[in-house]
Amino acid sequence: MRLDPPTFQLPIQAAEGAAEIDGLYYFVYWFSVIFFVAIVGAMFYFVWAYRRRKGVKAEPTKDLTKLELFWTITPLIFITYLFHVSFAVYIKNSTVAEGAMEIRVRGKKWAWEFEYPTGSREPGVLYLPVGKPTKLILSSEDVLHSFYVPAFRAKRDAVPGVYSHIALTPTVKGEYQVFCAEYCGTSHSGMLAKVYVVSEEEYAKHLDDIDKPPPGQTPAEWGKTLFEKSGCPTCHSRDGSRLVGPSLKGVAGTMQPIAGGPPAMADENYLRESILRPQAKIVEGYTQQQMPPFVFKEPQLDAMIAYLKTLK
Amino acid sequence: MATVATSPEHHDAHGDPNASFLDVAKGPMSWIVTLDHKRIGIMYLISVTVAFALGGIFALLVRAELFTAGKTLMDADTYNRMFSLHGVVMVFLFIIPSIPAAMGNIILPIQLGAKDVAFPRLNLMSLYIYIFGACFGLYSMVHGGVDTGWTFYTPYSSSDPACGQLTPCGPPGVGSPSAVIPMTLSAFIMGFSSILTGVNFLATIHKMRAPGITWRRLSLFTWSLYATSVIQILATPVLAITLLLLTMERFAGLGIFDARRGGDPGLFPHCVWFSSHPAVYIMIVPGMGVVSELIGTFSRRDIVGYMFIAMSSLGLALLGFLVWGHHLFVAGMSEYATMVFSALTFLVAIPSGVKIFNWVATLYKGSISLQTPMLWALGFIFLFTIGGLTGLFLGMLAVDVHLHDTYFVVAHFHYVMVGGTVMGFFGGLQDWWPKFTGKMYDEKKGVAGWALVFLGFNVTFLTQFVLGSRGMPRRYYDYLPEFQQLHQISTVGSWILGLGFLILFWNFAESLMKGPRAPRNPWGSAALEWQTPSPPPLFNFVKDPVVNRGPYEYHLATDAELDEGMADLDAELAKANGADPVKKTEPAKSEPAEKAEPAKSKGDEGDDEEKS
Amino acid sequence: MSTEAASPHDEHEGDHHAHPKWLAHHFETPAQQFDADKLGMWAFLVQELLFFSGLFVAYGVFRSWYPQTFIACSHQLDKIMGGTNTVVLLFSSLTAALAVRSAQVGNKKATGRFLLITIACACAFLVIKYFEYSHKIHSGLLPGYWYAPHDIHGDKPLPPNGHAFFSIYFMMTGVHGIHVAVGIGVLLWIWARNRRGDFSKEYFTPVDLVALYWHLVDLVWIYLFPLLYLI
Repeated sequence: MRLDPPTFQLPIQAAEGAAEIDGLYYFVYWFSVIFFVAIVGAMFYFVWAYRRRKGVKAEPTKDLTKLELFWTITPLIFITYLFHVSFAVYIKNSTVAEGAMEIRVRGKKWAWEFEYPTGSREPGVLYLPVGKPTKLILSSEDVLHSFYVPAFRAKRDAVPGVYSHIALTPTVKGEYQVFCAEYCGTSHSGMLAKVYVVSEEEYAKHLDDIDKPPPGQTPAEWGKTLFEKSGCPTCHSRDGSRLVGPSLKGVAGTMQPIAGGPPAMADENYLRESILRPQAKIVEGYTQQQMPPFVFKEPQLDAMIAYLKTLK
Repeated sequence: MATVATSPEHHDAHGDPNASFLDVAKGPMSWIVTLDHKRIGIMYLISVTVAFALGGIFALLVRAELFTAGKTLMDADTYNRMFSLHGVVMVFLFIIPSIPAAMGNIILPIQLGAKDVAFPRLNLMSLYIYIFGACFGLYSMVHGGVDTGWTFYTPYSSSDPACGQLTPCGPPGVGSPSAVIPMTLSAFIMGFSSILTGVNFLATIHKMRAPGITWRRLSLFTWSLYATSVIQILATPVLAITLLLLTMERFAGLGIFDARRGGDPGLFPHCVWFSSHPAVYIMIVPGMGVVSELIGTFSRRDIVGYMFIAMSSLGLALLGFLVWGHHLFVAGMSEYATMVFSALTFLVAIPSGVKIFNWVATLYKGSISLQTPMLWALGFIFLFTIGGLTGLFLGMLAVDVHLHDTYFVVAHFHYVMVGGTVMGFFGGLQDWWPKFTGKMYDEKKGVAGWALVFLGFNVTFLTQFVLGSRGMPRRYYDYLPEFQQLHQISTVGSWILGLGFLILFWNFAESLMKGPRAPRNPWGSAALEWQTPSPPPLFNFVKDPVVNRGPYEYHLATDAELDEGMADLDAELAKANGADPVKKTEPAKSEPAEKAEPAKSKGDEGDDEEKS
Repeated sequence: MSTEAASPHDEHEGDHHAHPKWLAHHFETPAQQFDADKLGMWAFLVQELLFFSGLFVAYGVFRSWYPQTFIACSHQLDKIMGGTNTVVLLFSSLTAALAVRSAQVGNKKATGRFLLITIACACAFLVIKYFEYSHKIHSGLLPGYWYAPHDIHGDKPLPPNGHAFFSIYFMMTGVHGIHVAVGIGVLLWIWARNRRGDFSKEYFTPVDLVALYWHLVDLVWIYLFPLLYLI
């Protein structure tokens, strides 16, 4: 399924409650259009009809208290109604269904990482079974982020030191875009991820596969996929150009200058340490920005290191 | 505060007390140490115009970068600095002082029939505090800029990766490496300029009104400045202390906003928005005041619902303090808190709606002249209505979750801030320009500038509503290919907008150099500021005014009174088109209209009210 | 708009009885000037209160988060010195009020004397504060990253997050201390003007306003003292 919006203004509806939200949106939209045309139409008409003419004076203003009260109180009734309906939808959408599946979502500069109930972690890609009530528990490891899936009409800030959550039930199978919606620094716009809404069977199969290399792929090929999904390219180029962090081209197997310490040989242990505990050795000239630590299972780490060694 | 105010021009004025305030003293010193509110206002006007140009250049660069996905002109770090600096410059250096401190300074005492603001020295001090604060901002810009956005959200702003190198705080943090401290200090210092202006205006409006100017005869611009002053006094100090805490957090690692050290990162946004949401009304309410003046002057009709418009300004000032939570709907507040904030947020629609209804009702059966300032006022109503209606979408909790932090929000507040305040600012400037400078400007260029700004603005920001509702988050350097077309339309719009402003500034510059002399009352307005010569004398009026009608009571004004200034204008324009463009020797036509009989009883009545 | 009662702008001429020397050119009557000044000062004091409000909110949040820490840390503060400072400031507020009273009745000598006592109290406050601060610095009871307690009262170590208490303590008392220092400056200025003979029964506004400011400085301390030292 493609992400093309089914209407001019709003993206596809892929979660429970999205249709109600869109209903509210279009209700206010059409109200606004009518109101705007009435007000601005009246304005243009008056400007034309009462344009200044020689010898014609403006009519003195009369006491219009009743009219004033009318256009103070009528909107009050209308906004009370708007508040009521929108709050009702909001509460319904933010109530977590009983027995909802809990998935941890961690934001860090600049990637999303997901942890399934099985304990398997995966960066950059979230699989959700269709029709299953889900609770996403958000947290941040550094600064403010915001987990935003337009197709689900869902958004919540990930705040360091606090858990927040999103309640949702995906309704349509497909691939959907995740954005970070709270400004978080250099690669804020690169802090993307994908949500795949799939059938229960596909979901179960995916969980089985997370920690295993895909069939028919070499460890280095799998490493490349993991490298890209984990958001590594937002900070580390593979062509020698300087981004936030050092380029990884030709790093493996060479001596690296370390800030505040002796140079280090970038062997397998060095690469492993740099992924799991990035603060242990920082390459000289890159102390301005901190890399967050990443968590991988052993086969994934092996694949990543195998891939890094291919970057010549 | 209470010492005798003296400045060079006060002594010079001894010779000819009726010479225009621009002529009573010459030379740079006569400006630097002036205590005249009009000169201080003009210096403010120059400062905010420079800031507007600077912020505008940042905006054009931001839009140009977004012309294509990926890198167009600059890298991500530079882009992040550009949009942050655009916000900081426009909010703190331009829009907050724009109408109150610059235009209000000149016009407010004249509309009150006063000789000056209550505290002229404090007024000059506010200007210098503003400039001092601006210097910190410039220092920050040349030393790396800021990339935090203008709201300086923690912990990104407070957690310094260079900790331990430049500042004594502990281990390196996770936040912004840019020059945040000088910029927060800049905003902190400029805050005091704003507060002192508020204190000054509040006392001026209460105590400096000429005999006959009762509360019901205040101009609506004055009412709006009154509401603004209240907000400045109550909100800005909270922003000041919050920014001070942030500065100390970044400098010494206080640990108040840092979750890693037991702090509360949510405290900062709450404190910032508690003070910055009212600050939004510091920005828009004076613009509404200007529009009320323009509608009155150019439709020559008593403003419908005068008291409702005046009280709605105060209503906005009050509501401004109660709705800050709507900036944090998705930040993890409790459901109960979001409920209260959503309900209160909707209430903002009432005073905003009341103003729009009354303005449009004033046009009904008016005598409307579509001169340049009026076009800005109509543009204001057009754009602010869109800005206000899109606020309904954002007030609805369920819909806000989707639209929060997207381009929809960007478009919404630009429709309010640019479509509102900037339209009001330039409308006021075009209206009062003859009063400030004693020169007329070219009407054709004025209309052309307005048309381009209006068109360009809509092209730039209408598209952003669609971008936002389709899910494009704000503050993005790069974007998905499906957003490219709309981004490109928006960028083209920004060029039209920029061109419009260029024409406007060209027009003003040309008017200064060779504009025809402005008469006392070129628009035929009944308001008090038009009853004194253009430009006004040092003490604003040739004779101390005693006021016997409200600023919009056109039915109490005679035709001759209103048409006199316009006839003068026609004569001036005819002269300007002749061989000799500038006649400087012509004595100013400065006699206030004496045809209208002073309604003694009314004047005395006002006098009594004053004393009781 | 019509005008009447033309009054030429001749306030610079010496013989104009309605416009004494101390009446600024833009005011019509002394009462107008006095009212405007007073209103301006009150508005300024309101913004001062709100300036401190952010710190009180931070105090409230962190006290509710870490009540044990706040109680333990407040025991580290010197109640005797804090209490002395409270008495000193309260007394200085009294003398400031008496200075206004003397100025109102035109007793120049007494005004000067009371102002000097007020200034002396303000200086005493800062001296005592200096000793308190140096003791805190000695014990490492400092804000933020400098927080490293040692040589503290009692034998139990302080609960975690003590740095938050001392961050707030130093911010609150520091900002208040700056206000005291500014107060000394303006009191000295008023004292010098009083000596010069600027004030009289008819004109004593600056004494009045500075005393108002000084009462606010006192008032803020009245809240800081129990919040930080006692509870």
